[in-house]
Amino acid sequence: MTLRNRWRKTLSYIMLSLTGVCAVVAVAILFLILGYLVYNGWRSVDWNFLTKLPKSPGETGGGMANAIVGSFQIILLATVIGLPIGFMAGVYLSEFGGKTFAFLVRYMADLLNGVPSIVIGIFAYAVVVIPMHGNSASAGGLALAVMLIPITARSTEQFMSSVPQTLREGALALGASKWKTIATVVVPAAHRGIATGMILGVARIAGEAAPLLFTSGNNDYISSGFSQPTASLPVMIFLRATSPYDDWHRQAWAAGMVLLLLVLFANIAARLILSRGIAVQR
Amino acid sequence: MATTAASSAPPSGGAQVWLKRLRSGDEVARLITLVFASIILVLTVGLVYQLWATSSMPRHKFGFTFLTSSLWNPVTGQFGALPFIYGTVVTSAIALLIAVPLGVGAAIFLSELAPPRISSLFTFFIELLAAVPSVIYGLLAIFTLVPLMRDYVEPFLKKTLGVVPVFGGAIYGFGYLTAAVILAVMTLPFIISISREALLEVPTEQREAALALGATRWESTWQAVVPYARLGIFGSIFLALARALGETMAVTMVIGNDPSIHASLFAPGYTIAAVIANEFAEASGDLHVQSLVELGLVLFLLTIMINALARLLIIATTRRGSAQS
Amino acid sequence: MKKSSVWLGVFSALAILLAVAQAKVLINAAGATFPYPIYGKWFEEFARKNGDVQINYQSIGSGGGIRQFSEGTVDFGASDMPMTDEQIGKFKNKPLHFPTVLGGIVPTYNIPGVTQELKFTPEALVGIYLGKIKKWNDPELTKANPGVRLPDNEIVVVHRSEGSGTSFVFTDYLSKVSPEWKSKVGVNSAVSWPCGIGGKGNEGVTGVVKQTPNSIGYVELIYALQNKMAYGWVRNSSGTYLKADLDSVTEAAASVANTMPADFRVTITNPPGKKAYPIATFTWLLIPSKVEDAGKQKAITAFLHWMLADGQKFAAPLGYAPLPKDVVAKEEKQITLIK
Repeated sequence: MTLRNRWRKTLSYIMLSLTGVCAVVAVAILFLILGYLVYNGWRSVDWNFLTKLPKSPGETGGGMANAIVGSFQIILLATVIGLPIGFMAGVYLSEFGGKTFAFLVRYMADLLNGVPSIVIGIFAYAVVVIPMHGNSASAGGLALAVMLIPITARSTEQFMSSVPQTLREGALALGASKWKTIATVVVPAAHRGIATGMILGVARIAGEAAPLLFTSGNNDYISSGFSQPTASLPVMIFLRATSPYDDWHRQAWAAGMVLLLLVLFANIAARLILSRGIAVQR
Repeated sequence: MATTAASSAPPSGGAQVWLKRLRSGDEVARLITLVFASIILVLTVGLVYQLWATSSMPRHKFGFTFLTSSLWNPVTGQFGALPFIYGTVVTSAIALLIAVPLGVGAAIFLSELAPPRISSLFTFFIELLAAVPSVIYGLLAIFTLVPLMRDYVEPFLKKTLGVVPVFGGAIYGFGYLTAAVILAVMTLPFIISISREALLEVPTEQREAALALGATRWESTWQAVVPYARLGIFGSIFLALARALGETMAVTMVIGNDPSIHASLFAPGYTIAAVIANEFAEASGDLHVQSLVELGLVLFLLTIMINALARLLIIATTRRGSAQS
Repeated sequence: MKKSSVWLGVFSALAILLAVAQAKVLINAAGATFPYPIYGKWFEEFARKNGDVQINYQSIGSGGGIRQFSEGTVDFGASDMPMTDEQIGKFKNKPLHFPTVLGGIVPTYNIPGVTQELKFTPEALVGIYLGKIKKWNDPELTKANPGVRLPDNEIVVVHRSEGSGTSFVFTDYLSKVSPEWKSKVGVNSAVSWPCGIGGKGNEGVTGVVKQTPNSIGYVELIYALQNKMAYGWVRNSSGTYLKADLDSVTEAAASVANTMPADFRVTITNPPGKKAYPIATFTWLLIPSKVEDAGKQKAITAFLHWMLADGQKFAAPLGYAPLPKDVVAKEEKQITLIK
């Protein structure tokens, strides 16, 4: 073998090993993140953390009950508004869509998907916070709903379009109207994918802090109703992490661990549902 | 409704069909879902309108000099976007510089070399990385990355490359470079996932043809397969860029919050998203608030342009299916 | 799908339950981070004494407090910087300033290997924040600290990133002791800082200094104390080096004892007096003179009465100085102006 060929062979070996290293590094990052959060956070997730309200700075023993409940409130509102709208829009795009209007809707949905979440926060501020004269869970919920709608619409459309046309034709041939076909044949056929898309969408918005900073704000108490400023886990993590108090840092780690585990769990569950075909209970 | 049709002259064929569909509920269903779909249009138009309308004061006052002025002084009422545009571009560019080689390399491994089970397992984990919220990246960055950069990486770079002003200057730990590193970690999964898909689409003939001509495995990959998929890979890079430009929380927590332009990467800076996050809730005076909204508008336009480019490239790979060399 | 709808039902029920369960008076306030440790304690204690009032205070900085108070998105605000005439002019009914406590701003630092307390001349502080004094072993610092081995490390300057009353007081002090600072940078809640990193809130600045070696920041005394951080002595106008504490901060207010204006808007930086700490300030609650909701009006006035009496007892343990007696008396009278 000539020297040049030996060099080419060696180079090939080196470069390909490097790519392997890159892949291992990428995967390792995930486990580093998870490991670090669990290591720092699991000791701090105690009864206090889950049930107590925050204490004034410098005092120990406070918790994040307000943020846990607040996150649920805001996400609940966002899903109640966002999922139905997104789902229906997805049904339109896949089943009824014409040429130009559907193209426009698709284009705008993709556009909204790419908008940085802080800009959506500005929108929600202008539309909800200013008229309501204050921060509220409604404003935060709306901001997250605006993010959830295009995600849900596109994923619903994607899974419904992938249902084979023969299923539809079969139902239509039997005399069912179009909407009956959609409701009883197409949607059930695609329900696993649709559910997956929804779960992933909710998991995505659950972790957002930027759009909540000046819409739902923060509250040291559990917020009553949807028109008061409301705490949320991501915002609390931000506030606690940038503070100097060690006790607050511990709480930030704990909250980070709780949030990450919930998000990862949702993601893993969604993907398993999709790939393994585990039936979602009706 | 049907009765009016019966009382006058028989309706034309089209209207008859429409009425039939209406009665069977299909038209109703179409209209209902149409309304929901148009909500998306309304939201998008509303968003753009709000951004435009709520930034009227600085647009009239500063015009295009808003984009070129580097002075951001809420007290004297002078607002210039340049430091933020600079910070956004610099951190994103450096993030890509780090993430693209790493990401494309990993994508090559996962598509070409790894056995299918490892490939899907690794891809599964990498896609989970994309689901980690930004604020958690920020939390980790403050307590692990910043000390690492401050105590080891930046002093090392300063010692070896310190002659270049980019690597000179005081070391804070917080700054452009640290923000770029965390952005690189955050954009990595997107580059890997999309590039891998683009590479998987390359027909095996390309690979085999190169190998048949005597190329080594690497040469066949690098010179035949990757160029074939280059549109998709570029698409993934632009997508990653669009995400990096808009990243808020992780960057806010490590960039140092200094609204000025510095040559050194170790220096503190600011990005558009970070300044909005920090100053919006307490901006004093309408001009200040509206200037922040105008910054949001700039960011919005920047990200949709790059997203549009990314999507074009990705669509081009899937539709045309062949790259022009 | 059924499972998820059950969960949906559970959470909606929870949310509705919470909405109905609380018939309390809910008051939202926001503002200065300077007094946040004591305000947090006060609102907690007050809520314990009066179970039907809940005051949610968000420490976002004095700038934010004034802004949200002006926009009406909070019921009252808090600031270490008195509102300007221009800001007051925007109100239909003139807002009222209520001083709550006195506090001192200390230069806190994190220098590896230096455990002693450093002495800072006014020129040193000006030079550091102007970016002219770049290293810890600069002559301006070493000559004031003869016994201390200051390292040859670059100073990491930390300031506030948002509109801050603490910044206002600090820059007010720097402007009074340095004409150069006054002309180059000036006095305000948010200035164009010549150098350094920005931290969010007193909490943020303390956090950055705590984690960053060779850094210096200006924070309220309690933040340095609670986080066991070193802070320096500052030389006052009489030439004495003083630490911020109960006596020196109270002395600083003594200089305006007889000249306190009726609306309580005053600065007490760099006062005369041998024992007066040079960087001290009152901090104010910004209360509207007309509160629409009767329940809120009752709650706010009740809180103010409590604050001026029992509340003052919490000040000293948290490193703040209580208000002088004559100021308390004047404030009691001002409460009657709240309708």
